[in-house]
Amino acid sequence: MEKPILIREDGLRHDGRKPNELRPIKMDVGVLKNADGSAYVEYGGTKVIAAVYGPREVYPRHLALPDRALIRCRYHMAPFSTSDRKSPAPSRREIELSKVIREALESLVFSELYPRTTIDVFIEVLQADGGTRTTGLTAASLALADAGIPMRDLVAGVAVGKVDGVLVLDIDEVEDEYGEADMPIGYAAGIDEIVLLQLNGVLTVEEFREALNLAKWGAEQIYKTMKETLHKKYLKALEE
Amino acid sequence: MDIKILVADRQIVRPGDVLAIIENSGEVTPKYLPEKHIYIAGNRIYSDVLGIASITDKTVSVIPLEGVYFPKKDDLVIGLITGVGITNWIVDIRAPYKAILNGSEVIEGFNPIIHNLRDYLDIGEYIVAKIAVFDRTRDPVLTVKGKGLGKITEGTVIEVKPSRVPRIIGKKGSMLNLLTSKTGCNIIVAQNGMVWARCPNNHRLNILIQALKIIEDKVHMRGLTEEIRLFLDKSLGGEG
Repeated sequence: MEKPILIREDGLRHDGRKPNELRPIKMDVGVLKNADGSAYVEYGGTKVIAAVYGPREVYPRHLALPDRALIRCRYHMAPFSTSDRKSPAPSRREIELSKVIREALESLVFSELYPRTTIDVFIEVLQADGGTRTTGLTAASLALADAGIPMRDLVAGVAVGKVDGVLVLDIDEVEDEYGEADMPIGYAAGIDEIVLLQLNGVLTVEEFREALNLAKWGAEQIYKTMKETLHKKYLKALEE
Repeated sequence: MDIKILVADRQIVRPGDVLAIIENSGEVTPKYLPEKHIYIAGNRIYSDVLGIASITDKTVSVIPLEGVYFPKKDDLVIGLITGVGITNWIVDIRAPYKAILNGSEVIEGFNPIIHNLRDYLDIGEYIVAKIAVFDRTRDPVLTVKGKGLGKITEGTVIEVKPSRVPRIIGKKGSMLNLLTSKTGCNIIVAQNGMVWARCPNNHRLNILIQALKIIEDKVHMRGLTEEIRLFLDKSLGGEG
């Protein structure tokens, strides 16, 4: 396929967004009845659901850690989430993303409070349109908070990309595929910590700094929405 | 240490929310107070969980809205027998750890050769117990020696969220007194979110269950005791 026009003549992106504009974001918590905590997050066309169980007993028993909770994370893309059917078996990519998301969450959760237990995080991508790891991280963080698990802060995921020489916020599938660089970050805005940072492609040092600032700014917007979403769950009960 | 509190009493807070700023003191050592659900980093006090801020005597703490039951020594719990061994029972107390009740607790002069534990307590039966020993490295051990402890033979056991237990009891037992006096039921609230009720009839039991449901949904509301009083008066009519 021929490369589409990513930055139009009027300076806007292929879907009409400004370079520093996020996709429309939707969030909800407590969407699943059977899980201890759950969340649904949409970044434009990317739709992700996350469920958290725990802290609970570890099976198999030998995996239990004597001094803290074991955090297990499964990032999975549904077979119907992509335009070509994806095999439901975990791919190399999914195993890697499970690991990076787990490590991001591990740095925030106070796991030493629950020795010999496990906290299981399940992330299911229902529809993929770029930025599934960042959407998944946001959803997982919300689900953990919804489950009442003590943690230092919430984390918002967002990616910055470079397309046609321009740094753009929250890149989608097309921009990821035809762009020059993609840098997803997980940012805990309340305590000003970056818990996930990956970079695919090439950026100059100057571009990297600029991209990081843009990503932090974007993540802060998402972070605000996350806090409102958690608040709203309890306001709903009051209104009824 | 002077602290400037930034939140209102009974405000909903989320992980990473700044609750207070520590003023006019040099470097503050980072500290974590799990029992208060706050942690100190820099000169700020943060919440670690989704909950309600509580301000008493110029200190701030957070009461969680969600979360599992974590055993504490001397807690009153209601457990379900899920396994019978040679010398002990396995009890589900809705915690991340399964509890153990030794045979000698129930049977005087216990001898595993002559006594069969199944004759005393079988799978599926409920017990009221106290946590005798729990040191986080091993599973909690229960005791049923004491007034009001032992096997449950009558009444109904109702499950609520463990985080709602303080509200069901209320300040100095105000809510529990209200529930007991209005419905005429004999109610025992265990720390692990199990309520044992013995009611004069099924009608009153149903009203009690509905009242507990309201407390579960509107736990963060002001004047909840008053609302429950109105609800009980309305549904019991002149009976109360």
